[in-house]
Amino acid sequence: MSDSDIVQDFLVESYENLDRLDRDLVGLEKNPHDGEALAGVFRTIHTIKGTCGFLGFNKLEKVAHVGENLLTRLRDGQLTLNPELTTALLGMVDAVRQMLKEIQATGQDGEVDYPELRANLTRLQTPAAANAGLAPPSPPAPVDPKPLPTPEAASPESAVARETPPVPAEAAPPGPVEAPAGPREKGGDSNRKPARGKIGGVLVERGQVQTSDLAQALEKQEHGDRRRLGEILVASGSAKPEDVTAAAQLLESKLHDVAPETIRVGVDVLDKLMTLVGELVLARNQLLQISNTVEDASLQAVSQRMNLIATELQEGVMKTRMQPIGNIWSQFPRTVRDVALGCGKEVGIEMEGKETELDKTIIEAIKDPLTHLVRNSVDHGIELPDDRVKAGKARAGRLILRAFHEGGQVNIEITDDGAGLNVERLRKKALERAVITAEQAARMTEREIFNLIFLPGFSTAEKVTNVSGRGVGMDVVKTNVEKIGGTVDVQSTLGRGTTVRVKIPLTLAIIPALVVTCGGDRYAIPQVSLLELVRLEADEVAKGIELVHGAPVHRLRGRLLPLVYLNQELNLAADTRSAAENDGSVNIVVLQADERQFGLVVDHINDTEEIVVKPLRKQLKTVKTFAGSSIMGDGKVALILDVLGLAQRASVVTETRDRALVEKATASGAAAHDEEKQTFLLFAGPGDSRMAIPLSTLARLEEFPVAQVEMSGSQWVTQYRGQILPLIRLEVVLEERRHKLRALQAPPTAGSGPIQVLVLAHEGRSFGLVVDRILDIVEDKADVKTAATRASVLYSVVIGDRVTELIDIPAILRGADLNAKQPGLARAAEVAN
Amino acid sequence: MAHTSQFCTFYLDKLLFGVELKGVQEVIRSLDMTKVPLAPAVVSGLINLRGQIVTAVDLRRRLELAPRPAGMLAMNVVVRSEDGAVSLLVDEIGDVVEVEEDSFEPPPETLRGSVRTMILGVHKLNDRLMHVLDIEKACQMTDVVETAAAGR
Repeated sequence: MSDSDIVQDFLVESYENLDRLDRDLVGLEKNPHDGEALAGVFRTIHTIKGTCGFLGFNKLEKVAHVGENLLTRLRDGQLTLNPELTTALLGMVDAVRQMLKEIQATGQDGEVDYPELRANLTRLQTPAAANAGLAPPSPPAPVDPKPLPTPEAASPESAVARETPPVPAEAAPPGPVEAPAGPREKGGDSNRKPARGKIGGVLVERGQVQTSDLAQALEKQEHGDRRRLGEILVASGSAKPEDVTAAAQLLESKLHDVAPETIRVGVDVLDKLMTLVGELVLARNQLLQISNTVEDASLQAVSQRMNLIATELQEGVMKTRMQPIGNIWSQFPRTVRDVALGCGKEVGIEMEGKETELDKTIIEAIKDPLTHLVRNSVDHGIELPDDRVKAGKARAGRLILRAFHEGGQVNIEITDDGAGLNVERLRKKALERAVITAEQAARMTEREIFNLIFLPGFSTAEKVTNVSGRGVGMDVVKTNVEKIGGTVDVQSTLGRGTTVRVKIPLTLAIIPALVVTCGGDRYAIPQVSLLELVRLEADEVAKGIELVHGAPVHRLRGRLLPLVYLNQELNLAADTRSAAENDGSVNIVVLQADERQFGLVVDHINDTEEIVVKPLRKQLKTVKTFAGSSIMGDGKVALILDVLGLAQRASVVTETRDRALVEKATASGAAAHDEEKQTFLLFAGPGDSRMAIPLSTLARLEEFPVAQVEMSGSQWVTQYRGQILPLIRLEVVLEERRHKLRALQAPPTAGSGPIQVLVLAHEGRSFGLVVDRILDIVEDKADVKTAATRASVLYSVVIGDRVTELIDIPAILRGADLNAKQPGLARAAEVAN
Repeated sequence: MAHTSQFCTFYLDKLLFGVELKGVQEVIRSLDMTKVPLAPAVVSGLINLRGQIVTAVDLRRRLELAPRPAGMLAMNVVVRSEDGAVSLLVDEIGDVVEVEEDSFEPPPETLRGSVRTMILGVHKLNDRLMHVLDIEKACQMTDVVETAAAGR
């Protein structure tokens, strides 16, 4: 192992140790008498000090040394941990971390040796200085360097505690206790494993040694007896050698339990494995395809087994990349403490679901946004202690982090029991900043107003602190979370607290995507950006695509959707014009980019697939239109579109979000009335009349060739999914009976085009409604109603500014005599089932 | 005896080039390639090399040589660069040659432009000169980014 390897190992180990130090120190502050934790902290610093002395990092050693001195006093009970001491020790941790970074970058521990920090740490070693001021009253610390026996000295626990005498201590070599007294390691190393000293405790617990005997043995040890405790006990006849051995073995095994069975594996190794598994899955897919075409039972059996193994292997490898979210949460207690102390607040942090696992890349991506949200909650959310008491709450605020899996996503909630968001203040602020208009402000719901805090430049802090309130945070949080396909939402009750909920996908490595073709090549569009698909038939194109001074737009439910032609944006060859390939029809993929919607026109829409995302190499990083690449089922490479990048290229989204802001506010203003709105399917009925049904009653839209329509009496029927589907023609039921023409009861004219059918479900039965043409799906309040002018029509309403007849489905069924007269048909359907 | 090193050689527009053998991962025939719209012109596309997606660089374009005649299938010399494997598209593969260090000479002063940064020098073989290609420089695209837009 070369020197640099040793340094590298030292760095990795020390970083981990420092993170633990942060945690332990903050924990200790709450519970200063936790001897075990204190010993842990001491050990960590001691190890760092020892190693850097060995590696020749003298400045680092100096800093660690003064810290260790202070910790010695704490451990020996001469000092009690108080906030000032904790701050000083955390300062030391930061200094050590800084120097480690220096070592990582330059190989040296830097020029700075932190004289102030060291002076402060030295000063604090005197009890008067350490416990002065803000410290809670603590018993006067003894000056005697020897630890005082505490009142409960006779109990095994405290006896155990005393088994680690400060100096001179003896490094107990591992191994069976009754080992012959051979050459023995000596030295002032007080870096003992915690469990090892407890042999006395175990023996007492098992009743194999009397407490008084143990105390005697300990005393002997303290008075310079260099033998180990077990040996003393055996020699004095207080314990049987086999008991001591058994106890030692028990401790040894406990020690192993403490060290988890893990090994360190480089991320590149895992990435390689992931790649290979991806390739294996691909090969398996091909094998499965082949085995399906070959009539060979043994081949099929083998390929089925391989299928299972490959799937399991894939899951296993995916798992290796998963990390518990606790890994990033572990630093939050420190963050919370620092921020709370900085603004004079008291905050306790609670965590639920630490073990929730996420892909490594996601863990890295959400670390900063989460940190920001946590800081924000402490700084803005939780009130000052006095204000809390006035509001009838506990002095200390609570910050709760929760993580849990739900529907293939991970939810992370950051809840505080602070003051909550003030809707009126937010509304006022938004108006002041001219983010929304007065009219919009009046219409927006509470939730929409809460979500205004994610707009850039929008801060609710009365005064700007160095932590937050500069209004640059929350929008960055939102952008970063959305970048990895997640969402952020905020809920709040005034006076009760705020919850920010972050939803993120489990992994970035495999995502669902829509695969489209353009210019002969396939492109994948991440499903998260996808809103809907619209297909304009050739005859609708002229009407469906309009130009705003040359810029193509499509009216989607009454709103203009800017259209972006993928082949033009990507400079694909012009000869593959979509129109030519699709008989003139146009496929529009409606996408969402940064609050803006746009329609992407592609040649062909293939399918949705789960794709394995592979990043693009450096050579292509400059191409902002692509987020990565993926290998498709046939082994070819497809590019993954970066929807935001594409939108920026097409100028759908510009740097200034003004338009989006206004649009959003309008949209949300409109959405405020969602409760009263209904979604309708509009269609053309007989005589080109405009009709509608509530979308909720619709099961499917189908198209049947005329040849499939059969007659059952005068009733049109067709076979549909193994059932007989009665087809109701509106012109038959709507016409007055006296006008009913014979021709209407005739079968459809052969050779005419396919019929459009709305498949509806009513009272457990399916039937088809034959319509002339399907027009659109609209959302409307439909509150302007007039009584129906004819039977089978519920009433006439204004939908999309035009009078539309809303069909009365039960009435239609009655009119078609389906309900009453056709038990036979129903029975036939049952038989068919 | 002077140090010798081995070079994998290939041809580009009848010129002989060589890259150090230890930097070469493999040589493969032409593969299905996915074009990358809007990418710098020197990037021919992406290939699937056993599950690894590799960028293919058109070395003719990169070295500002005449474009490859239509119908001529390129060979892939897959090299290991700092940023992972990159496939260099060449006309034809030559032999592996062993050259002595003292047959090397830096490029003449008259070789100018961006090409000079990619050609370390030449080895004087018996019958011809072998251009020594700097793999890292050839795979780096920083200097061609600006020309990307112009190239299309």
